Amino acid sequence: MRMKKQFLKTYLFIFACGLAVVVSCKKYHAPAPEPMPAAVTPGPDTTGSLDIVMSNVVNGVPLVLGTQKYTNANSDTFIVNTYKYYFTNIRLTTSGGYAWSPAESYYLVDQSNPSSLILHVSGIPRASYSSIEFMIGVDKNRNTSGAQTGALDPANGMFWSWNTGYIMAKLEGTSPQSGDNYKKLTFHLGGFSGAFSVLRSVQLPFPNAAQVTETHKPQVNMNCDVAEWFKTPNTISFGTVYGVTTSNTNAKNIADNYADMFTITSVVN
Amino acid sequence: MKRFITPLQIKKAIGMTFLSALVLSCSVDPEITPTVNLDNIQPVIPDGWPTPVYNFENNPLTPAGFDLGHALFYEPMLSVDNTVSCSSCHQQFAAFAQADHDFSHGINGLLGKRNAPALQNLNWNPYFMHDGGINNIEVQPTAPITNPVEMGETISNVVFKLSNSSKYRTLFKNAFGDETVNSQRMLKALAQFMGALYSYNSKYDQVRAGKASFTAAEQQGYTLFQQKCASCHVEPLFSDYQFRNNGLAVNTFINDSGRAHITQLPADLWKFKTPSLRNIEKSKPYMHDGRFTTLDQCLDHYVSGIVSSATLDPQLASGIALSSQDKTNIIAFLKTLTDTKFLTDVRYSENYK
Repeated sequence: MRMKKQFLKTYLFIFACGLAVVVSCKKYHAPAPEPMPAAVTPGPDTTGSLDIVMSNVVNGVPLVLGTQKYTNANSDTFIVNTYKYYFTNIRLTTSGGYAWSPAESYYLVDQSNPSSLILHVSGIPRASYSSIEFMIGVDKNRNTSGAQTGALDPANGMFWSWNTGYIMAKLEGTSPQSGDNYKKLTFHLGGFSGAFSVLRSVQLPFPNAAQVTETHKPQVNMNCDVAEWFKTPNTISFGTVYGVTTSNTNAKNIADNYADMFTITSVVN
Repeated sequence: MKRFITPLQIKKAIGMTFLSALVLSCSVDPEITPTVNLDNIQPVIPDGWPTPVYNFENNPLTPAGFDLGHALFYEPMLSVDNTVSCSSCHQQFAAFAQADHDFSHGINGLLGKRNAPALQNLNWNPYFMHDGGINNIEVQPTAPITNPVEMGETISNVVFKLSNSSKYRTLFKNAFGDETVNSQRMLKALAQFMGALYSYNSKYDQVRAGKASFTAAEQQGYTLFQQKCASCHVEPLFSDYQFRNNGLAVNTFINDSGRAHITQLPADLWKFKTPSLRNIEKSKPYMHDGRFTTLDQCLDHYVSGIVSSATLDPQLASGIALSSQDKTNIIAFLKTLTDTKFLTDVRYSENYK
């Protein structure tokens, strides 16, 4: 509710100020927006939005929870039952060096919840964007500043209550090779500071510019490959690493692996 | 300044006030009078106290927020079978510790492995729990609520149960403007109640303010305390909020690693947060596992019971030399930390409202 109000306030403010704010560059220090496609007629409102459409995959094959068998880089087979992660702190940049970030951007991507796979980003100043940056996980500030809501609500099951902090990424499943008595795989990766932090920043260029206007909403198609968790630089054997539920070396090693799990497959304007 | 309760609520509280006045009229604390101020929940923090870590900056302390937090603190719906509330293990007369229980009892009679600490002056705590694993008062309640041997609930189900209660929908509306029940509001309200548990009206505080004086024994005890105890139990909050191994023999049935459970560092093995000594007379049993039931036993431990280990606090390497008279005097001083006003304040009591 509060977020909605905040959003409305922000939206109204930008609407009221109209062209003046963005064009004068005083608020955003933005260079003049790049020319729009001929088909797009700019209106009085100079902010728009884009959607990131997330496809969770394993070795490039769409992730199906509960039934589909996959193979990791160590040739262990596994099934995924739960797959969730935080996608946060979005920043868009143009080739001219202009950068924009939403006031806040916290998304919980949950494979079992189809609506969470489309990340709506709104209030974006009209421009032609050439790359995106974001964080895997929740920044230190939100881990230390008390009760949060929305995507960061501890009721979402991505929160350690005994050692305060968010579970940045969660994968649960089974593997015949798992060293666990019940052949489970339990990866709850958390830790927002220190040597074992699992926060990772990602920067990806768009294959073609995402052209944002008030009427034109680009779609960024992105893949997130689960297999990367267990591949490079640290090949994970489920026989020895099958349960990670505290901040430790194994968590850090997997985070080093998943730092490159995202790829952009296309940008559709 | 915001009023603590509404006129209607004052009417309800008047009975309790007179009752308290009646009981407390025999108390030694000169501050307790029939005119207990119920109108203001905002603290009057004594001179010389440090700045609190948590100051309600993003969670303004309001009468309605405090009321909701109070109701939640005494609410068994926070547990999975609706039998355990925060107050089950945090009793006001014991400075919100649990009298006579070494370990806490949770749902289904399950036992925890640590002693419920006293709750007072929590806004000065940089972190919570004996191992310091929790970094903000607002998220502290998520630990007991979700711990399988304490309340065994999920946050989402607590929110579900509360949102089905017309009583709570009204309390949430009073506190936050509409009936929306969510975990953030629940936790912020609990933080308002817990953060408003101020204890600063003990005899020690009166002496410090120049309004009372110690007896000879208390004064001698205080002098000894300053020489031998105050480096860790730092005045005026009586804790340095550091993690220390005070030489307790490790209970091999439990193997509680303490701070190391959080940091994963061998150097933190068997270290626990220095507890405040305020209201120590009323918050027995003592130590993180409640192994001692008297203050005598605690002092005897420091005199002759220290067990050496790699992480033992260096200050305790040779123990603390105290004569029998020294112990008697120190205990006399420790009893001046009892804050009767805090222990009987109707605003904190289950029967308030």
